[in-house]
Amino acid sequence: METLITVLVGLLVTVAVYLLLSRNLIRVILGTAVLSHAAHLLLMTMGNGLKKGSAPLLGENANSYVDALPQALILTAIVISFAVTAFLLVLAYRTYKKTGTDDLHALRGFNDE
Amino acid sequence: MMNNIIVMPMIIPLLTGIILIFLRSYTKTQRVFSILSSIATVVVSLVILNRIQHEGILRLDFGGWLPPYGILFVADSFSTLLVVTTSIVTSILLIYAFSSIGKQHEHMFFYPFIFFLVAGVNGSFLTGDLFNMFVCFEVMLLSSYVLITMGGRKIQLVESIKYVTINVLSSWFFLIGIAYLYGTVGTLNMAHLSVRVAEVGQGPLLTVISLMFLIVFSLKAGLLLYFWLPGSYSAPPTVVAALFGALLTKVGIYAMFRIFTLIFYHETVITHTVIGIMAILTMIGGSIGALAHNDIRQIVSYNVVIAVGFILAGLAISSEVAFQGAIYYLIHDMIVKALLFLIAGTMIYLTGKAKIQEMSGLIRNYPMLGWLFFITMLSLTGIPPLSGFISKVYLGQGAIETGSYLLLAVAFISGIFVLYSLLRIFLNSFWGETIISEDDDVPLKKGMLVPCVLFAIMTVAIGVGAEGLAPYVSDAARTLMNPEIYIDAVLQGNR
Amino acid sequence: MRINDVILRTVARIVVFIILTFGVELFLSGHNNPGGGFIGGLVLSSAFVLLYLVNDIETVRKGIPFDFKKIAAFGVLLAVGTGFGSVLFGEHFLTQAFGHFHLPIFGITELSTVVLFEAGVALTVVGVVVTIILTISEDV
Repeated sequence: METLITVLVGLLVTVAVYLLLSRNLIRVILGTAVLSHAAHLLLMTMGNGLKKGSAPLLGENANSYVDALPQALILTAIVISFAVTAFLLVLAYRTYKKTGTDDLHALRGFNDE
Repeated sequence: MMNNIIVMPMIIPLLTGIILIFLRSYTKTQRVFSILSSIATVVVSLVILNRIQHEGILRLDFGGWLPPYGILFVADSFSTLLVVTTSIVTSILLIYAFSSIGKQHEHMFFYPFIFFLVAGVNGSFLTGDLFNMFVCFEVMLLSSYVLITMGGRKIQLVESIKYVTINVLSSWFFLIGIAYLYGTVGTLNMAHLSVRVAEVGQGPLLTVISLMFLIVFSLKAGLLLYFWLPGSYSAPPTVVAALFGALLTKVGIYAMFRIFTLIFYHETVITHTVIGIMAILTMIGGSIGALAHNDIRQIVSYNVVIAVGFILAGLAISSEVAFQGAIYYLIHDMIVKALLFLIAGTMIYLTGKAKIQEMSGLIRNYPMLGWLFFITMLSLTGIPPLSGFISKVYLGQGAIETGSYLLLAVAFISGIFVLYSLLRIFLNSFWGETIISEDDDVPLKKGMLVPCVLFAIMTVAIGVGAEGLAPYVSDAARTLMNPEIYIDAVLQGNR
Repeated sequence: MRINDVILRTVARIVVFIILTFGVELFLSGHNNPGGGFIGGLVLSSAFVLLYLVNDIETVRKGIPFDFKKIAAFGVLLAVGTGFGSVLFGEHFLTQAFGHFHLPIFGITELSTVVLFEAGVALTVVGVVVTIILTISEDV
């Protein structure tokens, strides 16, 4: 299971890198979204989050317990990436309104008029 | 002993920010409330700093969960010194904001986001847990995203896209690093991490993970990976730029000091050499950038880059004296960079131009501003008795003791470039024929001058009164040099 | 072009209440089971977003005359406040307390300050999500 998920993470990162390197702003934002999902899956895999067991602290009669920390980390990370993605979308929309383009090549350089 | 006080530097700004949201339409109340609360933060952090000298490192376990199971805040001299400086710098910058930021910003929740940013910065300094540090970083970064875009000028939007994307990427690396570290040693408490890493030995795997964290914090601090920095620090309004220049990179630098003195200090041949090389390249690149540009905001931003390289040279040298130099320089740089950004912003406000060739003879119209710039320049170059001097002495001493002559040479030559780049501004903009006739003389507001004077007084005070700071700084350097002090204070035997 | 959305309107009238109930259920079960403030808040806010989709912004604003930014701020205040409350009682920051109370209808019920914290989280999520949606849609 761990191997499978790790391969999936690699795949997601590949897709995300491809999207990040494109010139279209929306694609870049989608890329960051996919990238953060890859990170969450990796956290899950690395933190033994794929093992089966009961929740800790609630009972004392289980054979094995899962580590609750990765879940907590992932939930926090999801909340943060949710906020950042939402912000980026609004930002991209505003930028498009103001500059009339979503092509990153057109937005290059520092020129203040 | 209850140490709830050490969470206050984060909670006071957070609560202030929230309450200010409800006070949206009452500008006057917002101002009074924000300045009072930032002064309260200063007082609280000074109390913490003094308690550390008597009682040693303080720690607070959230919800009573003992380490390494719970999240905790740890206050040692190093972090608390930075918290104190952060609080003072923010208070003074708020005074500048009152007269410069304008009604529109004050209506669009400007002050709340300043306070959220400060809460994130102070949280990152004080936390003793790696994941909590990530969260505090994100609180700080999200507020900075909002602050950099607020106002919605075209240049701000364009620059913030780059800024946000780069930071999303570095946060991703942070998460990945945390995932690997947790998978390898199974803890995220920084003191516990240090113990575990020392037990296992820092093998190739852990060294690679440490380099991952190096990338993360280099992106945040602008060590070598500073390509995003000059653009995004030039775009926002003056106060915000000053706040960024003074605080944001410093958080990355703090994190790097923490990680590489507390956790990954075993393979210095690899990690600290890499940091040293990156610091050298940063100083060279920053110097070139500072000389190449004519836009005053860009010159000032590249000066931030040079300072980052200088401070991390202290980490690369890695001796107690060098740490002392780096800590002095961190404090000095937070104050003087804020001052430099304020003066640059004020110059642009007064002339309406940003290129240095287009300004001339400002010292005739605004003598006070000119002399303040002169003091800033001397202080950044490290002329005694100003605050830059003592740190350069210590750093130089540390470099000679460990035989890092190349670092020493580059660090001191970069000082000359700092001097030259600022002298260029001084000669072009302040000297020469005045271009502003008496009629279109824009009056320099008191509210803009007073904060600059306060910062200037502070740089002199730190330079002259370095003796008073010395016990705190040497305690901080001693803790950095001996991780056991930190570990013992946090874990207290239950490893 | 006017879209014929009779089906959406009719369904939404019922579905909004189902979603709201489900959101509250998720929120309350979050103490020991999957669920909690964040997820409950997301579900609740999806109900509001559905309302905005079906009716126009002005109509909804008449029905729900709250400033959602303030709701978010109130949520954070509640969440930080419960953590801060423990400081006032001389406990560690963020310490939670719980106790069993005898309530008229529910019988013996466990009440905990965690619920207040979670309520703060839920309000924050509702406030933030609706604000984001409104910001994007308002000036098209």
